[in-house]
Amino acid sequence: MANSNLKQILADGAWRQNTGLVVLLGLCPLLAVTNTVINGLALGLATMLTLMVSNLSVSVMRGLLKPEIRIPAFVLIIASVVTVIELLMHAFFYDLFRVLGIFIPLIVTNCAIIGRAESFASRNSPLPSLMDGFATGLGFCITLVLLGALRELTGRGTLFAGADMLLGDWGQYLTLTIIPEHPGFLLAMLPPGAFLGLALLIAARNAWEARKAKTPPQAVTTLVPDTHEA
Amino acid sequence: MSGTSHPVIRSSVLLGIIALLGTALLAGVNELTYERIIEQEKRRVLQQLNEIVPVASYNNDLLEDVIEIEDEVSFRHPAPVKVYRARMDGQPVAVMMIVTAPDGYNGDIRLLAGIDGAGEILGVRVISHRETPGLGDPIEAEKSDWIHGFKQKSLHDPEPGGWAVKRDGGQFDQFTGATISPRAVVRAVHNTLLYFEANRELLFDTPAIAVPTQMAKQNGQ
Repeated sequence: MANSNLKQILADGAWRQNTGLVVLLGLCPLLAVTNTVINGLALGLATMLTLMVSNLSVSVMRGLLKPEIRIPAFVLIIASVVTVIELLMHAFFYDLFRVLGIFIPLIVTNCAIIGRAESFASRNSPLPSLMDGFATGLGFCITLVLLGALRELTGRGTLFAGADMLLGDWGQYLTLTIIPEHPGFLLAMLPPGAFLGLALLIAARNAWEARKAKTPPQAVTTLVPDTHEA
Repeated sequence: MSGTSHPVIRSSVLLGIIALLGTALLAGVNELTYERIIEQEKRRVLQQLNEIVPVASYNNDLLEDVIEIEDEVSFRHPAPVKVYRARMDGQPVAVMMIVTAPDGYNGDIRLLAGIDGAGEILGVRVISHRETPGLGDPIEAEKSDWIHGFKQKSLHDPEPGGWAVKRDGGQFDQFTGATISPRAVVRAVHNTLLYFEANRELLFDTPAIAVPTQMAKQNGQ
């Protein structure tokens, strides 16, 4: 795992070890907030930021953290970072804060974060750790956005609804009504739709990988993650 | 324990330092954002109120002119009802009451109901609810126009029997597949009107109290 090649780390975090689609960590927020693209994007960005800051802090302190206190130390660091992000969102992205509500503080419990701290940041120097946080966060964020797009499009026929909450007033012009007069597809908006949507995304990713690996058939086994610490 | 070099002590001190740094960071950020968060909350409340009572129609500080009423019998809910009073040069213009309908499909529906001095409804908005998305949530102003149907209604319009959903012989539409949510809202609004009618003086004349600005816990809708 300890690969100092930054490009490799990026590919690992964003695709090969994608938190949402491969490692399947942090599913609770992933399933709960993804009824629109913007909600998914906002939580994805917040999670990415948390991952980067927590990975960086853990990596900087890794020489000091004895094995027996590393878990409580991780928890302290992650909880502080998340609370700071929560306060900042409350102050500066108030509407979005209201929509995402409880899922911002719940970033603390996303085991992907403590997982990366434990399996990567505590063993690598700051730069690769920062990169790993960015890559893992990016992978998570992309998954959230894709799932959000899928559900928003099928459920309400729009894309980017509520962009003004993230970007200010001009964001409302970004809202695309793809299917006018959409009657609303309830299943996509409710939790079962989240599960089905995620399943479709995972299936699509697997199909993609399988096709890519057609020539050497055994390469399909790389779909199974080789690290599963958290 | 023998001296600071003992691993347990070293670890504890280290953890303590991390906790302290974290706390200091949080305290700092809290200090920086505190004012702004309060301001945002206020802005949000005022925005909701002004959707119902036009800014031009009053000139007092809405957020300061507030009372709370506890009347479980009239409102069918133990939660205190917050009342914002709008006045023009001291003359009563309207009250905005935050009432709770206890009988939604999934529990409480919190409503903001504005009533003018003549007992006519200025507007009603849903503040929070847990009704089924797609079925009960057209009670939200963002989802449908239904809630605007209360505008300019009063105890005399419709007549008392009309204050119900159509299925119950009243005047207000229900939704396809959802009668309970609109029924709960209609009932709560009607109750609020009845209370206003009976307690108009109390509502306008009770001296304001100091209450925190936060209007309501918002649902993730």
